[in-house]
Amino acid sequence: MSDWKSYEPTLIPNIEGMHQLDTYRKHGGYEALHSVLHDSKKWPDPSSVVQEVKDANIRGRGGAGFNAGLKWSFMPPADGGPRYLACNGDESEPGTFKDRKIFEYNPFLFIEGATIAAYAMSITTIYVYIRGEYRSWIKKMEKAVSDAYDAGLLGKNIMGSTFSVDLVLHSGAGAYICGEETSLLESLEGKRGYPRVKPPFPAQRGLWGRPTTINNIETLSNVPGVIRNGATWFKSIGAETHPGPILYGISGHVNRPGVYELPSGMPVMTLIEEVAQGVKDGKKLKAIIPGGSSTPILPAKDLENLTMDADALRGAGSMMGTAGMVVMDEDTDIVETLWRISKFYHHESCGQCTPCREGTGWLEKILEKVVKGEGTSRDLDLLLDITSQMEGRTICALADAAAWPVRYTISRFREEFEARCKPSLVPVG
Amino acid sequence: MAKKGSKNTATNPPTSYSFTKEQLKEIEALKAKYPEVQAVTLPVLWIAQDSFGHVNPDVQALVAKTLDLPESHVHGVAEFYTQYFKEPKGKHVLDVCTCLSCGLSGGVDIVRHLEKKLGINVGETTADGQFTLQEAECLGACGYAPMMQITNDVYVNHLTPEKVDKVLDQLISGSTPDFESIAMPLVDSTHTTKRGGSNE
Repeated sequence: MSDWKSYEPTLIPNIEGMHQLDTYRKHGGYEALHSVLHDSKKWPDPSSVVQEVKDANIRGRGGAGFNAGLKWSFMPPADGGPRYLACNGDESEPGTFKDRKIFEYNPFLFIEGATIAAYAMSITTIYVYIRGEYRSWIKKMEKAVSDAYDAGLLGKNIMGSTFSVDLVLHSGAGAYICGEETSLLESLEGKRGYPRVKPPFPAQRGLWGRPTTINNIETLSNVPGVIRNGATWFKSIGAETHPGPILYGISGHVNRPGVYELPSGMPVMTLIEEVAQGVKDGKKLKAIIPGGSSTPILPAKDLENLTMDADALRGAGSMMGTAGMVVMDEDTDIVETLWRISKFYHHESCGQCTPCREGTGWLEKILEKVVKGEGTSRDLDLLLDITSQMEGRTICALADAAAWPVRYTISRFREEFEARCKPSLVPVG
Repeated sequence: MAKKGSKNTATNPPTSYSFTKEQLKEIEALKAKYPEVQAVTLPVLWIAQDSFGHVNPDVQALVAKTLDLPESHVHGVAEFYTQYFKEPKGKHVLDVCTCLSCGLSGGVDIVRHLEKKLGINVGETTADGQFTLQEAECLGACGYAPMMQITNDVYVNHLTPEKVDKVLDQLISGSTPDFESIAMPLVDSTHTTKRGGSNE
């Protein structure tokens, strides 16, 4: 990826005033929706739109990486009753701060994408769930939504067509778990954000028992480009099996942290050394967490030739997640960093399932002991044992998200944990 | 012990709470956006907190009564979400992020500085009821660490002790910091650009 410098961003393009509707339209905004609604040769029916998005293989940008169009195709045929699209702007995974860039710099791209999705799936109402902490960005979105309504781009008979859909902004109130798709639905229904047991999947029984699809904000923002330029165009960008633009959020010990839009499959070292202009203060790189706090940590020695796409990262023993990369320099206290991550998951566990509620608490407590130099190497084995009692044993993936960092950080940096521990007085076993 | 210092309760804490006519109208408009009343529990708790500074059990009861929902439901919801203040807090609530990226970038130092400056520990409120200091989990500003959020609203990024002191002075003098539009870094140059993130 030597030509990344000439890449033209499409999600957050470098255009002044793009957050205003007239500027957005001047630069091709709403051409995709117009074509979907009025060009019956190109788009004979809603399912043709679903097919195009499916062909593009937009893998969900919220972390799961599932083909968005395929997800859309799971919606049952319309029966005249209400159907919902829930847009996930909860963005709470530590290291992730990308969707707020779309809210701030290109809100209409997302709104247009959501509206096309609504048409494709015969949705009657779009709910946009934004984390409550993003009040400043919710205000920006309120303005954008109101402008879209005023211009006939939301509401009744959109762009003079027979298609109508409403869009409602909904603020969260501080709960990481509400980024889990079924927890988000519970929260939208005005309840505690307890994840639901699947099946039934939301496409069968979602909001208020009706068919519902949940998509990430960045995922939906890729839809207008796919409709306008075609699935083939989208698939030509970046990594073959994980195509398209990615909002890489780079944070931690780098000279120029921030959100960068670049093709998928960027070499990790290019992102760190060239895009984010290297590790701060001339220090050496120790490790990265590639896609949000739940994705397994990778030591610097494993990063050469590694690219940012789902398959390459899986091969390296981690995951793409949200592409929120946290960079750590040679002086980073890995033990303390892991304790911070565990503290987060303990705080955010909803408490519904015992392995998670109890497990996240014990992970934090034992790690705190190790951080203070009071742990023993038996505690490290105990931590690993707890993770295996958590993984795959709960309703949602929060327990896994809490367990993976512990499992992989200890196994990949065991010597640093050992160095912090007192010798065990009782032999293990 | 938190001091009663929310916007309209500094001197005479009201013993009962009620929504204004405008707020009731706003609540009716909200209800129309959802097929079931229960869905507005979170938005109405927000209206209540913005108005009374907190959602203590009395406020929760008001929300329940207004929406004709069980008090236990509203209580359960209020308790689940960290942004709802279940008791009165200081006039300004400082949520300093000490999670992953902020933890790596000096978030804890900012907390220690604030503790010293305000003469309180994390989780406490100053005697004059001006400030409550809290540690927050990830607020989604990882690239602009360390940072804090002020009373569930504006983010202040790239904190240094000097910047923190300035913000405190500003809050004491009665104004709040402006929304900081973070310049977007461009990949093709060493420059950054403002792309007009603000609405006006």
